[in-house]
Parts: sequence; structure tokens; C-alpha cells
Amino acid sequence: MGWGLVAPALLWTAAFFVLPFAAMVALSFAHMEGREVVRGFDPGNYIRIFTDWTMLKALLNSLEITVVVTVVSVVLAWPLAAIIAFRVPARWQRLALLLAVLPFWTSYVVRSYAWLLVLGQNGVVNKALLSLGLIAEPLEIAATRVATVIGFVHFFVMLLTLTIYANLIQLSPNYARAAADLGAGRWQTFRHVILPLTLPGVVTGAFLTFVLCIGDYITPQILGGNAELTLPQLIMLQLGRSGNFPLASALSVVLMAVVTLAYFASSRWLRLDRV
Amino acid sequence: MRALSWAYLAVAYAFVFLPVVVLVAFSFQDGRLPVPPFQGFTLEWYGRVLGERDLMEALLNSALVAGISSLIALTLGFLAAHALARVRLPGSVLMRGVLIAPMTVNYLIIALGLLTVFNQAGVRLSLWTAGVGHVVINLPLCFAITYAAMGDHQRNAERAARDLGAPEWKVLALVSAPMLAAPLAAAFFLSVTFSWDEFIIAFLLTRFDVTLPVEIWSMLRSGISPATNAVGSLVFLVSVTLVVLLEVFVFRRTK
Repeated sequence: MGWGLVAPALLWTAAFFVLPFAAMVALSFAHMEGREVVRGFDPGNYIRIFTDWTMLKALLNSLEITVVVTVVSVVLAWPLAAIIAFRVPARWQRLALLLAVLPFWTSYVVRSYAWLLVLGQNGVVNKALLSLGLIAEPLEIAATRVATVIGFVHFFVMLLTLTIYANLIQLSPNYARAAADLGAGRWQTFRHVILPLTLPGVVTGAFLTFVLCIGDYITPQILGGNAELTLPQLIMLQLGRSGNFPLASALSVVLMAVVTLAYFASSRWLRLDRV
Repeated sequence: MRALSWAYLAVAYAFVFLPVVVLVAFSFQDGRLPVPPFQGFTLEWYGRVLGERDLMEALLNSALVAGISSLIALTLGFLAAHALARVRLPGSVLMRGVLIAPMTVNYLIIALGLLTVFNQAGVRLSLWTAGVGHVVINLPLCFAITYAAMGDHQRNAERAARDLGAPEWKVLALVSAPMLAAPLAAAFFLSVTFSWDEFIIAFLLTRFDVTLPVEIWSMLRSGISPATNAVGSLVFLVSVTLVVLLEVFVFRRTK
């Protein structure tokens, strides 16, 4: 009887997740002759990804943007989570948290568009700075990497605030008290007691940030423009303009490999921390 | 230190809310561009957006895809969680792993894999193919939430029902499901919000009939306009309403 109940979910996952994934990996070893896909075992796509500078550059762009976004988001979200957990009165904390993540619920496509309105040539930021006399010429933020990073950081600060907050409120106040009794100053307590204890929340959130950020197409496409490409943009370009499914598949496998590496890196860190 | 905390909080909230405020404010712009200066208040863009057939069709499509795919994901996830939490099956750790696996893979990769298979099998792209993709991403979520919520308390009630002669489907429908109403509702609403807002799978796996995010995406191609602001504000309103309902009716009650 147990089998009958698991079977539908397992079959669905096998048919629409495992099989497609295997088909994609198989396709990544095919190549194009004209408009035709020629199947076989040809590592040519992978060789091309690591030797063709456009491809390699997209991978590097993605990695750079993702690392910057992850670090900046953690650094901004940690104090926010701590202030909500320790400064805001307990009965207001849930509301404070709900408000801090409210923009989560704007449509994902629209969120990037809204940042375009804020950061654009005639946008709110430029108009404000111009009228304050802080700048003479509008800043070129939209259609650059800076805009992509701002759009990402906005989203992931919300996410990380949640994971770090969840970690912080579980900490017993006795840790800080014990540290104080043992003569630790505020900074030492923070640096050697509180911060290490929040590492699980930080690493969990940072891993999620890394995975979602490196695989995202919309934010760099809307905010970053086409001056430099990220890996997902390159994949979409292969699908759309050139219809090169084998190359797009190989790029996706590389993307998947990067995410898997990030997983192993962060899980190792977590275990080391617990020891 | 205290003052600094409040200042940081204020700046953080300003940053978080800035794009939303700009989006909503300029949806009322009485002019052709949703950028400063603000030229006056009008509801014209909302009227225009609500009268646009493509958009309203996309909205309906999104609601249908989200509702149906979430219902399928919830049913499959609940049944699997029920079986794996109750009965000792050989390989249940492996099965749990397989069911959770799609959660760790980027949507773009899931979409590309499905696109490959659908192309090879000659399946034509439609709202149904996008719905299949949405079940794939939401099934792990529904499974994980209901699996985590099952405890000894339910197990005893189910055993009692069986002892009293209830057939298995009655145990499921009349005992297990009602006892798990709150987590089931949470899983369903989360799935609906994910599916409703999902772009890349819907973009790659639909053709002529599209969902709302895909329709909004094609609106963006023709440049910025207060009409897009109005659509965005409406979507925001719907999502926030859903979240508030979830908060009030589901999470409040579980406390």
C-alpha cells in the first residue's frame, strides 16, 4: 500500500526531472551541423566553453557578480537581522520582519523593472542627486554591472535577513552573559561568540543567495543590459538566436557543476564549524 | 549605539521599499513616462491595463496554471509524504532524496531539460507544458512541508481509524488530511505564489498562450510606461493580499 502512494510522485519526478536532466546531459555532447543536431560523444562544446573567451568571460562575470552580491548582502543583512532580533521589542518583531520582506511579493520581473525606474538616466536617484546639486551630470548606473548588483542585493538582503534572524533568536542570552562574566568586551563577545554562532544561518542564506543569483536571467537582462553577459544570458542567447541546444545544454551542465561545487564548499564549512 | 541602530533600520527599510514606492507612485503618473517629475494623479493607466485583453488572458492563464499545478503538486507530495512517514519501505532515504532533488537545481536547467524532452517527443508547448514544469518545482516543497508536519499524534489517530474499520482512502481523506489542514494550506499557498510569479519555465515552455510574468516581460520590450507600473502594482496587491490571508488564517491558527 505504501508503494502505491509514493509511486505517483516518484514517477512524476522521474519522467519530468530525472529523464529531462539526463537528456540534457546527453545533448550537451552533441554538436550542430548547420541547423541539424548531430548526436554522439563529442566533448567539443565543453572545450569551446573553456577556450572561447566570450564563453569563459560570461562564466567569470557570473562568478564575480555572484560573489560580490553574496558578500555585500551578508554584510548588509546581518546588522538588520540583529537589530530586529535584539533592539525591536518582541511583540513588534514579526511585523518588522514582515515589512522587511514585503517587496519579496512584488512580481519578480517587475522588481527589476522598478529598479530600472529608480536607477535610470532620468530616474529617481539621478533626479534627486541633480536637484541637490551633488552631481552635475546624471550617473550611468542602469545597463551596468552596478545596477545588476543593486537589484540582486535588494532581493537577497531580504532573504538573508530571514535566515540570519531565525538563527539569532534561537541563541540563548546566556552565551553573551557568560562571555561578559569571563571579561569579554562587547566587540569580543560579538567577534568570538555571537558571530560564530550565527554561521549556520549565514552559510545557509549565502548558499541560497549563490544558487539563485548565479542562475538568474531576468535581473542581469533587465538591469545589466547587454554590455556584458552572464552565464544564464548566454544560455538564453544560444537557445534563442542560434538555436544551439547542445551548447546551451553544455553551458547548463557547467552552471550545475558550479552550484554543486558551492554546495560542497559550504557543507564542508558547516561541518567544520560544528566540530 | 542605540541611535545608530535605529538609523540603520531606517536606511535599510528605505532601501527595501524604494523600488516598490517608486513603482506604485508612478503608476498614478499623469504623463507618458513613469519617472520624475510627478505630473499629477490619474487612474487612467489602471483603466487601460484592466481593459487590455492580452493581459487579462495572461492573468487568467497564470491563475489557472498556478491553481492546477499546485493542486497536483500538493496531492502527489502529500501522498508520498504520508507513505514515507508511515510505512518502512526499502530505500526510503533514497526516495526522499529523489523527491527533494529538484529543489537544488536552477529553474533554467529544469526548463531546458523539459524543453529538450518535449521537443524530442514532439509535444507542442502550451500552458500544460509550463504547468508540468511548475509541478516539478513545487512537488519537493509540498512533500517537504507535509513530511515535516507528520507526527505521532496523527499516526495514533490514523491507527484508531483503521482499527475501527476505515478503508485506507477514508483514513487519508477524513483523518490525515484534516489533521494536517494548516501545513497543507501553507504548502498550497506557497506553491501558488511561486508558480504565479515564475518566469523562466513559463517563458521557455509556453508558446501562444502565456502567463502573466511572460506577458509583462513582453510589455517591457517596448520601453518603460506607467501601464507596466500599474500591472506591477496590481500584482503586488494580489500577492500581499494572499500573504496577509495566509498569515491571518493559517499561521495564526497553528500557534
